[in-house]
Amino acid sequence: MEPVIQVSELVKRYRKAERNAVDGVSFAVEPGSFFALLGPNGAGKTTTISVLTTTLRPTSGQLRVAGHDLLREPDAVRRQLGIIFQKPSLDLNLTAEENVRLHAVLYGLYPMRPAYRLMPAGYRAQVQHLAEVLGIAGEMSQPVRTFSGGMRRKLEIVRSLIHEPRVLFLDEPTTGLDPASRRDLWAYLKAVRQRGGTTVFLTTHYIEEAEAADRICVIHRGRVVSLGSTDEVKADLVEDYVSIDAEDGAALAAELEGLGARFAPDPELGGFRVAVKGAGIHPLLAAVRTPLTRVRTHTPTLEEAYLEILERS
Amino acid sequence: MRQIQAGLALAYRDLLKFLRDPVRLASTFVFPFAFIGILGGSFQASFGRESGMDFMAFVFTGVLAQTLFQSSAMGIVSLIEDRENDFSQEVFVAPISRYTIILGKIAGESLVALAQGLGILAFALILRVDLSWGQALALLPATLVVCLFGGAFGVLILGTLSSQRAANQIFPFIMLPQFFTAGVFNRIDHLPPALDLLSRISPMRYAVDLTRGVFYADRADAASAVLVSPAANLALMTLLFGIFLVVGTARFVRRETEG
Repeated sequence: MEPVIQVSELVKRYRKAERNAVDGVSFAVEPGSFFALLGPNGAGKTTTISVLTTTLRPTSGQLRVAGHDLLREPDAVRRQLGIIFQKPSLDLNLTAEENVRLHAVLYGLYPMRPAYRLMPAGYRAQVQHLAEVLGIAGEMSQPVRTFSGGMRRKLEIVRSLIHEPRVLFLDEPTTGLDPASRRDLWAYLKAVRQRGGTTVFLTTHYIEEAEAADRICVIHRGRVVSLGSTDEVKADLVEDYVSIDAEDGAALAAELEGLGARFAPDPELGGFRVAVKGAGIHPLLAAVRTPLTRVRTHTPTLEEAYLEILERS
Repeated sequence: MRQIQAGLALAYRDLLKFLRDPVRLASTFVFPFAFIGILGGSFQASFGRESGMDFMAFVFTGVLAQTLFQSSAMGIVSLIEDRENDFSQEVFVAPISRYTIILGKIAGESLVALAQGLGILAFALILRVDLSWGQALALLPATLVVCLFGGAFGVLILGTLSSQRAANQIFPFIMLPQFFTAGVFNRIDHLPPALDLLSRISPMRYAVDLTRGVFYADRADAASAVLVSPAANLALMTLLFGIFLVVGTARFVRRETEG
């Protein structure tokens, strides 16, 4: 099956900038999957998503989204996208429903009518359904200005789903949300994916949000540092190790040396960290004659892997 | 058809925004009222009888054109504000042409300006400007042209300025001198060469002169107020409208997408 997003050697350099904001990024996103672009502030996440959503022209690279060439068919691409921007992009002068109506007309779904009750029945049913799912049906006639941050995000989801997009882009969508609103948002998005098979493309610097993704692309300073499933990214970036110690540390070190093990002093616990490779640690531990006082296995978290990236660079 | 619907939706949004902003609503009527009532009234009292000119009518037509032209242009520049509030992101990722967005914006701001124009016409009647129903009706299409022209001028400014701060600082320098070089309150038929050149490159001049050309069409004192025929003004304004729109939109879109 053709990937729903295919990015090859994407480069973006802003005018008057000395270095590329995105520097040769390549990845592919499978249809219906949850893909996370993870990186610290300034890594190039928003630049990448801006290019993919056609608001920014790339300096070079090949890009296909939803079966269309992004540069040659931007309108066809836009029709397939739903976008939730980093900063809310609602018109505060309008009511919640008027914001959705404007969006529906801009996407060519329904003709423009000056009042909600004059809009086609299909539109009213769709708005009512989505608003009920997100729990804001009672507030749709209220001005957006009166909405809390969490409600504004929910409204943006209603709006972004009204044209049933194939790909939903979310650019750091939980920034500024309280924990309850953040949890609700992820629950709704999970439901959306399960119901409609929509591909979700997320940029975030929150590791716990990326951890739920099918695939993660870690970028830093405009380059891909790691790409794969959560486990693959962790394995790619941080080694598993076993922390061991003995009363006679010198004898243990000499023995490990003799066995050809890859090891280093453990700065946190004392003793040594022995890298786990291939067949595992068991044959090595079985061969050690020095009495051990501690054997502790360590499996890295995604957070450790992520911090490792930042430290390396 | 989809592009027209999208343009209409954007225009409707601008009208709603205007009608829901009581401060903006009130302020748009205060200046015309002050200009026509106070300035026109005092000119008439001071120089009217001596010069034989109807200053109330002269200032009314000037202020009507200036208000509509300026309101439309300023409304277009509010796209910068939209961009800074991130609302324009929503519009710019929609599957519609960039020209539809700009034309929808011009249509919306023209609607807003026309609403203001109706208010100014009402003031003119209250202030006893010599205005017949026929003249009021004839002014309607003229004012629509002025609004569209002001909107296109706004697009040119939009393509040149990068931030709301820059717009707030520079816009008065672009607009205020035109009050005088376009002859909103003063006659400009005998200017020194340098001022005459400035006057001729002021887009507002053609908006004001078109409005006066229509208003003074059947009046005996037309020669003292009107510079060239409405047809000549209309031809020039149509040409400039196209240039402003294409150049302004191209520059705006390029800056938006190239970062």
